[in-house]
Amino acid sequence: MTTGLLQPVELTIELATVATIALVIIATPLAWWLARSRAWWKEAIAAVVSLPIVLPPTVIGFYLLVVLGPHGPGGALAHLWGAQTLAFTFGGLVVGSVVYSLPFVVQPIRNAFAAIGDRPLEVAATLRASPSRAFFAVALPLASPGLLTGAVLGFAHTVGEFGVVLMIGGAIPGHTAVVSTTIFDYVETGEWGAANALAAGMVVFAFVVILAMITIEKRFAQGRP
Amino acid sequence: MSAAGGIEARFAGTLGAFTFDFALRAPPRGVTALYGPSGCGKTTLLRCIAGLNRVRDGHCHVNGEQWQEGARLFVPTHRRALGYVFQEASLFPHLSVKANLSFGAPPAGAGPALAIGWDEVVDLCGLAPLLERAPRDLSGGERQRVALGRALLSQPRLLLMDEPLSALDESAKADILPFFERLRDRLPLPALYVTHDMAEVERLADRLALINRGRVIAAGPLGQMQSDPALPLAAARGAAVTLEGTIAAVDESYGLTTVAVSGGAFVAPGRLGPVGARRRLRVLAGDVSLALAPPGPSSILNVLPARVLAIKTAAANELVVVLGLGADGAGNRILARVTRRSSERLGLSEGASVHAQVKGVALSRDSEV
Repeated sequence: MTTGLLQPVELTIELATVATIALVIIATPLAWWLARSRAWWKEAIAAVVSLPIVLPPTVIGFYLLVVLGPHGPGGALAHLWGAQTLAFTFGGLVVGSVVYSLPFVVQPIRNAFAAIGDRPLEVAATLRASPSRAFFAVALPLASPGLLTGAVLGFAHTVGEFGVVLMIGGAIPGHTAVVSTTIFDYVETGEWGAANALAAGMVVFAFVVILAMITIEKRFAQGRP
Repeated sequence: MSAAGGIEARFAGTLGAFTFDFALRAPPRGVTALYGPSGCGKTTLLRCIAGLNRVRDGHCHVNGEQWQEGARLFVPTHRRALGYVFQEASLFPHLSVKANLSFGAPPAGAGPALAIGWDEVVDLCGLAPLLERAPRDLSGGERQRVALGRALLSQPRLLLMDEPLSALDESAKADILPFFERLRDRLPLPALYVTHDMAEVERLADRLALINRGRVIAAGPLGQMQSDPALPLAAARGAAVTLEGTIAAVDESYGLTTVAVSGGAFVAPGRLGPVGARRRLRVLAGDVSLALAPPGPSSILNVLPARVLAIKTAAANELVVVLGLGADGAGNRILARVTRRSSERLGLSEGASVHAQVKGVALSRDSEV
């Protein structure tokens, strides 16, 4: 039973780690553009990014299946290495998690970039810093609490998702069965003890995450001159 | 295209509801104050020169370099050799004072020795005790000194300062002004200094550009601008003229210093420095009274022959008289504020010879040389 419990936990941590790295890499430039651009259509992009907040996970899961399945672009991609589909694979889970958690990572990073304002970047420019140096030496460090918040939220949100991973992953033990879907399976088969062990672990995890978020926010507030 | 040195700038455009058409020239040395009421566009002009604001109809040449030529050429801010001191010091909060200072400095060991060296800046701005501290632990005046030092270390060829003292209280201002004066005296760097405070202009500026409603309405050497009857400065309450002079004699027994200016000399209390040192004097229009004949014995130290160059109405029954020092009136100009009755009794008219009695002369800077 212990190994049975451990496997979904390991897979969940692996998925959340990979997804968080991908999320930060995608969300940071996107958030920078959303915070700085004056393009009139940027809020339309922001709205598209935010759709998963409102949509039921089944809708996202359904379209991900279409896109990643054998007849979608994901399937075409999978053909390159001889596979039929990206659905029901770990890679498919990562794609689904990134799409589903993106708004929760973009928003705090965008807010952090917006809070910096124009002035530090103008100062950097008057000190001969190229736009890229201004970004890496000034904007990123000043927005680092926002990046940390985004990363923690992205990780936690990936750990906590259920509907999307169930639809796109199919909860295949050892391949795509994460903690949340495994709890569902245990309940279905009446294994309440195992379900309780995993569920209690999730409660502790959620508590730690929220406490960490509050601590980051506090340090951020104190760090301001 | 432009003359070898100095600043030549022209910017016309609209920002929101604000329309401006600035034309400014400044010599390759010295501090030019951009002076005017708030909302007149001083800061906009400075930001256009820095490239922080971009208008299509803009032309800017600095020290022979083209920074902007209409829509055809626009050098981005980070490729312009300028230093900019903002109204709020805007230090990088995540960096120490030391790291803030070196942010814009060329890397050590690269290229020739720096024109403005680290030690010189640390000394000039009094930064030695602050280096290891964090910006949030500094006072407002200290932050602004660090901001100034940081701008200098980026090796600017033009220094732009946007009301660097206006966010400070009076005592912090008094503490930091000498640093700016030393900077002005020691570095051969042209500077534009935005302010709406005449006291700062009188202490720091060599030249003055008057700005109003998006235009440079006049520009020239400070003393000349202050005594120009066509400009609003001469008629303002508290009008004064700033004179550059040289210490000609020091009377040790009475503790008096004689400062020679063009067309005359002023005696001021105190030992103001060695003979030959340059000093800046400030003569208030309200401290100058006029007589047709040399007055009899008086406690007034300074009575100078002068000629009336112009008379202008300052208020309902008050006139401001522009005087040229010296019997021929060819020396420095000062102002005298007199009542209309006095003017009529004396029969003042342009060209008249008078004796100017100056009740007080203030040293408007006392920096060491």
